[in-house]
Amino acid sequence: MVRNINKIEISHTELGHHHGHDVGERLYLHRHSIVHSLPPHVKIVAAFMFLFVVISTSITQWQLFIFYFSLILLTLTVAKIPIKLAATRSLIEIPFVLFAVLMPFFGTGEQFSIGPVDLYRAGLLAGLSIVGKGTIGVLIAIILSTSTTAREILRGLEKLKLPQLMVQIASFMLRYVNVVTDEMERMRVARASRGFEATGIKHWKILATAAAALFIRSYERGERVHLAMLSRGYDGVLPHEEVTKVSVKIWIKALTLPFLALLAHLLMIVWK
Amino acid sequence: MLEPSLKIEELAFAYPDGNQALFGVNLVINKGERVALLGPNGAGKTTLVMHLNGIHETTHGKIFVSGQLVDAQDKEGLKKIRSQVGIVFQDPDDQLFMPTVGEDVAFGPYNMGLRGAELEKVVTKALALVGMSEYKDRPPHHLSFGQRRRVAVATVLAMKPEILVLDEPSSNLDPASRRELADILRSLDVTVVMVTHDMPYAYELCERAVILSQGIIVADDKTKNVLTNEKLLKDNRLELPVGFSIN
Repeated sequence: MVRNINKIEISHTELGHHHGHDVGERLYLHRHSIVHSLPPHVKIVAAFMFLFVVISTSITQWQLFIFYFSLILLTLTVAKIPIKLAATRSLIEIPFVLFAVLMPFFGTGEQFSIGPVDLYRAGLLAGLSIVGKGTIGVLIAIILSTSTTAREILRGLEKLKLPQLMVQIASFMLRYVNVVTDEMERMRVARASRGFEATGIKHWKILATAAAALFIRSYERGERVHLAMLSRGYDGVLPHEEVTKVSVKIWIKALTLPFLALLAHLLMIVWK
Repeated sequence: MLEPSLKIEELAFAYPDGNQALFGVNLVINKGERVALLGPNGAGKTTLVMHLNGIHETTHGKIFVSGQLVDAQDKEGLKKIRSQVGIVFQDPDDQLFMPTVGEDVAFGPYNMGLRGAELEKVVTKALALVGMSEYKDRPPHHLSFGQRRRVAVATVLAMKPEILVLDEPSSNLDPASRRELADILRSLDVTVVMVTHDMPYAYELCERAVILSQGIIVADDKTKNVLTNEKLLKDNRLELPVGFSIN
């Protein structure tokens, strides 16, 4: 018998926040901005040049670091990336910062004390340097990955003549990371359906077995993909985009960031 | 006379571990034919398919594609053979490895030396043939299984093959996708070899069927005759689905 249809529609508020399941595109935030519209290889070059200037600045010139940070804040604003998002994502550097925090307590040479604590000057400077430069590096990486899709970054690297093999490996990773995570999820569901829930160390053996099975499956898939590629005439080169010239104007736009940093750096040297 | 699309003579093959899969296969398939390759699990169907474009090297016997010998040693010849024998693998995720549908369809013709506008034209046409034109810039994992299977067919069609070899084309498809794929296959002007366990699908699409069993071809006839021969089916672990009958 055919039934009467009575659909229950679940509202979006009930669904809560929707998480994209695309591992490869999770970092990208779609916005319309100058930063987003720049060609990827130009962005990568600009980011690296800026970092180069930052790294060659001594931490004792702290005024410059304030300037660098304001440049980054400006770029974040131009790229329409919420400061809060950048701040949350930069938490990834915490393990490295922890290490840097310990540095002033160990070392040799000149010592001074703040209250009851003895600190080493060299260690303190080195620690500050790691935190300062590291944070700027992380923030630049965040701007790059939030304004550029993973696929575009790869295209950019390809244009910058990164070895084909590395680009190929990375693009296969990007293509199959979702397939493998889906497979992992199916295996987890299959385990859970038979009453397994990983709660502690005694379950590691089962998880390890599952990981091994996943590895073998992925390896076999790799072989099948390779066969499929050979069947369509693969001989070591993946098709790539025809090279299009990027105008000088676009380069100038992108290189404003490292240029301003360099200018400040040079002015500082002259002024001293 | 026109050369047959595919001619297999006395093909035998054993895997390096000594496990022999093929024991002397003889088969001729003429231009424009659609042939179902039936057989139980482990009959050697996949092994046979892997020989058709030189992925497995022939150890005994010969294979000709449009009169040209398949020789795994002849790298240049093999490139041509691989453009002529288009294999659609069972799992579309194995076949679609490029970041977008369009780039994946372009992969084969690119390897054949096409570039620029010509490449673009071939890609557009192949996607149109399977009705997937508007998905050109989408990543494959965003498509449904049926759509991915259709794109997989397009990736092979883009190479303008002489023979289209499909490994279990109807597996995991919902009834509508299964019928849509049948419509697409029927509309193509190409020789088709279809490896399948789906008897009604074979009956619907192929006028001729061969049964491969224990590494040898045991039957080669009109599909109707093969599928109505109960003893033949039973002897080779094949069955028609319950409720399905051919008049």
